[in-house]
Amino acid sequence: MEKTTSPLISIRGLTKAYGTFTVLHGIDLDVAEGEVVCVIGPSGSGKSTLIRCINHLEAFQPDSSITVDGIRVAPGPALAKVRAEVGMVFQSFNLFPHMTVLRNVMIAPIRVRKTPEADAERKARELLARVGISEQAEKFPGQLSGGQQQRVAIARALAMEPRVLLFDEPTSALDPEMVGEVLDVMRKLAGTGVTMVIVTHEMGFARQVADRVIFMDGGRLVESGKPSDIFDNPKEARTRGFLRAVLNH
Amino acid sequence: MNLINTFFNIPVFLNSLPQLLWGLVVTIQIGITSILCGLVGGLFLAVARLYAPSAFTLLIRVYIDIFRSIPLLVLLIVVYYALPFVGIRLSPFLSAVTALSLVSAAYTAEIFRAGIEAVPHGQFEASAALGLSNRNTMVDIILPQAIRIVIPPLTNNCINVMKDTALASVVAMPDLLKQATQAQALNANPTPLIGAALIYIALLWPMVAVVTRLERHFNRGKR
Ligand SMILES: Nc1ncnc2c1ncn2[C@@H]1O[C@H](COP(=O)(O)OP(=O)(O)O)[C@@H](O)[C@H]1O
Ligand SMILES: [Mg+2]
Repeated sequence: MEKTTSPLISIRGLTKAYGTFTVLHGIDLDVAEGEVVCVIGPSGSGKSTLIRCINHLEAFQPDSSITVDGIRVAPGPALAKVRAEVGMVFQSFNLFPHMTVLRNVMIAPIRVRKTPEADAERKARELLARVGISEQAEKFPGQLSGGQQQRVAIARALAMEPRVLLFDEPTSALDPEMVGEVLDVMRKLAGTGVTMVIVTHEMGFARQVADRVIFMDGGRLVESGKPSDIFDNPKEARTRGFLRAVLNH
Repeated sequence: MNLINTFFNIPVFLNSLPQLLWGLVVTIQIGITSILCGLVGGLFLAVARLYAPSAFTLLIRVYIDIFRSIPLLVLLIVVYYALPFVGIRLSPFLSAVTALSLVSAAYTAEIFRAGIEAVPHGQFEASAALGLSNRNTMVDIILPQAIRIVIPPLTNNCINVMKDTALASVVAMPDLLKQATQAQALNANPTPLIGAALIYIALLWPMVAVVTRLERHFNRGKR
């Protein structure tokens, strides 16, 4: 999938600190259009922080630079544009509990893209069908199972027709029997050519779906490569240690 | 018999009733105007406190603390008797509404802040990630969820404002209490005062009952 054109996401020297505690130590990362990147690593290694910087949910050190589709990610009017192009799916779904499932999916296109209600609704129903929950459109999020809620969250992100989708451990809050249905939706998405950056502990999924796997540890990007390289032939001792721990678990 | 003639004198009561009802109208006018101004002001302060630059936030916090500390009667007297010395001359009605609104806005701001803070942070993040503006985030996502939480304390605050309107009688506002004291003097009988007390209770008891029901309702909704 690697293209020679300029990358869709370009991260240079990304540094992020909470007070005196540095969480990210100068990360460099390019993600090409259409690429599916899985980010793995021990808990606390900075994976969430990394992807939350891409849409500026976290502020980062000003000498770092992130661009998405050529737009610099920084506070200001351009940020709205970046966020409209970058969808995000959270571990805890974060659906809007006071709105129906349908309304959850419609609201951003209506408010941000000024899509007419009728078009937004047609699109939302299409997306809900795509993630397999059309029958739940009129229900409220609280009435749905975790897996269904996460699929609504994916539909909500897709409704903005983003260039990039960020996933922060989308299956970690789910009961085991619901993990599969969410991964299935994500697998189908990966086949449609949308750019995805996925933080996950699902190693089988990462191996199967990723174009590239990135291993992070201690706020550093330790190793990066094709799934087969990372999983079968890790070069770094820390990667080997991590994989041994999770795969034998 | 004597007691009834003194405190529940029917002819005196009927005689003063029109006057009391006029007072009630004035009380309600002061109350509702102050409640509305306090709501608008309080919501503005609460939202501004979230998004304004930190110098403003500090000002807002100082405002809220000052107007929650000052006794309403003192504020009212300052507004009515002291401001004229700097050329600000407000009518009794405007003085009462100004004092009540300033204080109510401070309490309302705190109520809204608590309501907004009770909405999980993930709701702000999901809104931001979708590219919603601050305004849309507030109007479409946060406030509709906060409103459930703030309705019982807001109603409580409304009750307090309605009660505190009685202080307007000290700046010669012909509200319910003032009319009652005048009628008492005129009739040389305290029945109008008892009548006024009963009217206050009749006015506020339903609101008190509503708060109790709302609180029970929302507490049941909690998981
Ligand atoms: N708000 C915060 N304040 C201070 N430290 C934080 C905050 N958020 C995250 N951290 C720290 O940053 C590090 C990286 O966190 P995170 O990106 O969530 O890791 P991961 O997603 O890989 O588990 C952790 O050590 C975490 O404790
Ligand atoms: Mg994380």
